[in-house]
Amino acid sequence: MKLKDRKRVLREMVLARRFEERCYQAYIERKIGGFLHLYPGQEACCYGVMEAARPGFDYVITGYRDHVHAIKCGADPKAVMAELYGKETGCSKGRGGSMHIFDVAHRFMGGYALVGGPFPLAAGMAKAIQMKGGDEIAICFLGDSANNQGTFHETMNMAALWNLPVLFVCENNLYGIGTALHRSTAVVDQYKRVCAYGIESDVCDGQDIEVVLEHAHKAVEYVRSRQGPYFLELKTYRFRGHSMSDSRGYRTREEEEQWKQRDPINILRDRMIAEDKYTMAEFEALEKEIDHYIEHEVIKFAEESPDPKVEELTKYVLAD
Amino acid sequence: MAEIMYWEAIRRAHDEEMARDPMVICMGEDIGVAGGTYKATKGLYEKYGPLRVIDTPISENGYTGLGIGASFLGVKPIIEIMSVNFAWLAMDQIFNSAAKVRYMSGGQLSAPVVIRAAGGAAHQLGAQHSARMEKVFMGVAGLRVVTPSNPKQAYGLLKSAVRSPDPVYINEHELMYNMKGEVPDEEYFHPLEGSEVTRPGTDVTLFGYNISVHWCLKAAEILAKQYNISAEVVDLYALAPLDREGIRKSVAKTHKAVIAEEDEAPCGVGSEVMAIINEECFWELDAPPVRVHSALVPQPYAHNLEKATIPDHEDVVKAVLKLFGKA
Ligand SMILES: Cc1ncc(C[n+]2csc(CCOP(=O)(O)OP(=O)(O)O)c2C)c(N)n1
Ligand SMILES: [Mg+2]
Repeated sequence: MKLKDRKRVLREMVLARRFEERCYQAYIERKIGGFLHLYPGQEACCYGVMEAARPGFDYVITGYRDHVHAIKCGADPKAVMAELYGKETGCSKGRGGSMHIFDVAHRFMGGYALVGGPFPLAAGMAKAIQMKGGDEIAICFLGDSANNQGTFHETMNMAALWNLPVLFVCENNLYGIGTALHRSTAVVDQYKRVCAYGIESDVCDGQDIEVVLEHAHKAVEYVRSRQGPYFLELKTYRFRGHSMSDSRGYRTREEEEQWKQRDPINILRDRMIAEDKYTMAEFEALEKEIDHYIEHEVIKFAEESPDPKVEELTKYVLAD
Repeated sequence: MAEIMYWEAIRRAHDEEMARDPMVICMGEDIGVAGGTYKATKGLYEKYGPLRVIDTPISENGYTGLGIGASFLGVKPIIEIMSVNFAWLAMDQIFNSAAKVRYMSGGQLSAPVVIRAAGGAAHQLGAQHSARMEKVFMGVAGLRVVTPSNPKQAYGLLKSAVRSPDPVYINEHELMYNMKGEVPDEEYFHPLEGSEVTRPGTDVTLFGYNISVHWCLKAAEILAKQYNISAEVVDLYALAPLDREGIRKSVAKTHKAVIAEEDEAPCGVGSEVMAIINEECFWELDAPPVRVHSALVPQPYAHNLEKATIPDHEDVVKAVLKLFGKA
């Protein structure tokens, strides 16, 4: 990556990280309710793939761990935070919540709470793209354990059969809630599972954004040039629990510590520092600046925004 | 009699039935090593091992169907669906296989599975994690549907469900697992049919089930104290089949009825109970029955909208006052 892009994407990943950590705090303070699934540790997956794709142009869909994907597609962090606060100014008008972030203007087609639900929706968007004849692709980000749903297999078959322009990104963080992948899944290497459908696939480290980017370029090019669907597995790790009430008894602190040595933000930062192109002081200033922005703009906006009106409870149930 | 929590009551029923019969197994997501989202299977993995306490992949239709198939050959699976919202994915196997196989095989085959799921709206879980699906389950022939309102029922209904020759769906509630209540020390089997008069009264019947029984009880208290109205609370712990005779008896006594449910009104428990009242005891009524139910919306996330959506005891009180022409 060029230095300019490295710096930009580092900044974006730091924003994603601090945003999520601030959500954690807001949840403890009961400003955010419901289920809250945070992204720290996996940033290089979303940012690496979307650096290779065209955010705001390609259609993106994902599961419930969706704040960061929305922001990378172009959603305003203020509107995402306001959504988590259940405010009318939220990107889903306070109706959706953490698991249902939507920003259709930026072609972020939503977060969905049922595991495996987005697979066929992504293929369906690819079908529409194919019919309309545009240059876009559909990108579906999901976890590892989602691949055990019937929708995974049904969708892979249709996507291959109809040569749909869809990229499936599997963020393999080794667990589905408290069940380790090898305890739920006969074939642990996820990229191998699509071979049966004749889908091109690849796997790489999901912690180093420059590695992700390289593999994602190939994947995105393949899909955009209409050679067919593609499946990219990224090996990653979520640093926090699955959701907020998770004591993480299913994994060891040593394992967590090992993965924290491979923090995607630190990997990029330290490489730049090692090449004498960046300093720790710059990084610290960046973190400070971003924390200031989150506190004084993002949180402030969410706090000061109005609640939805109860009289408008049934608005959006059907078309007006 | 010991006071235990709802989840402990369910756990105890599992444990006793698994100890008694080696063909009883349980399966579901995160129920084994993790001990279950609501702890209903805590410690069973350690006690009975991975062949009988099965952590399943996230494949609801698949593992539910697998449990049903195992039941064809004498295995007795207790299938936990982590949240009832995920039961939508297993509906094909529950409806098309479990509920119909006895009939379509002319009685040769049956699927005596137990399916338990946490239902109900918890706090701000949003549109896809707040389903109340009892009305879907109770409308299909070949399935028994029960829904415990307290730990004693949670224990006794699961015990009976495991012994039942029919498939039984047990509808639990996410907000009730930590509720405390007395459960008999000795083995206890709660009937899978019928209803219970939880609080006798003379002026109006409040029909509830699962969590709404508690709204009714609280409302009855307020009605007695503040309005001098004597409300009878009837717990419809069996939703399929519904207790027609129990419904008739109470309405014949009080001549007024309110039905409280957490779900949306159309095609719901309230609609069904009203239809039964209509068919069984229309001429006993002093006034048209009233339904208390949620607003007809996908569950909103925002706290104030959610609050406006889901009813509570105050709505039951209001409905009664309306019935009495006092509001
Ligand atoms: C149909 C369905 N079944 C079960 C769940 C509960 N659930 C939520 S997330 C999850 C684990 C998913 O794991 P994975 O696909 O690896 O994604 P990750 O959370 O690790 O990113 C489960 C079982 C659900 N939301 N939907
Ligand atoms: Mg995972």
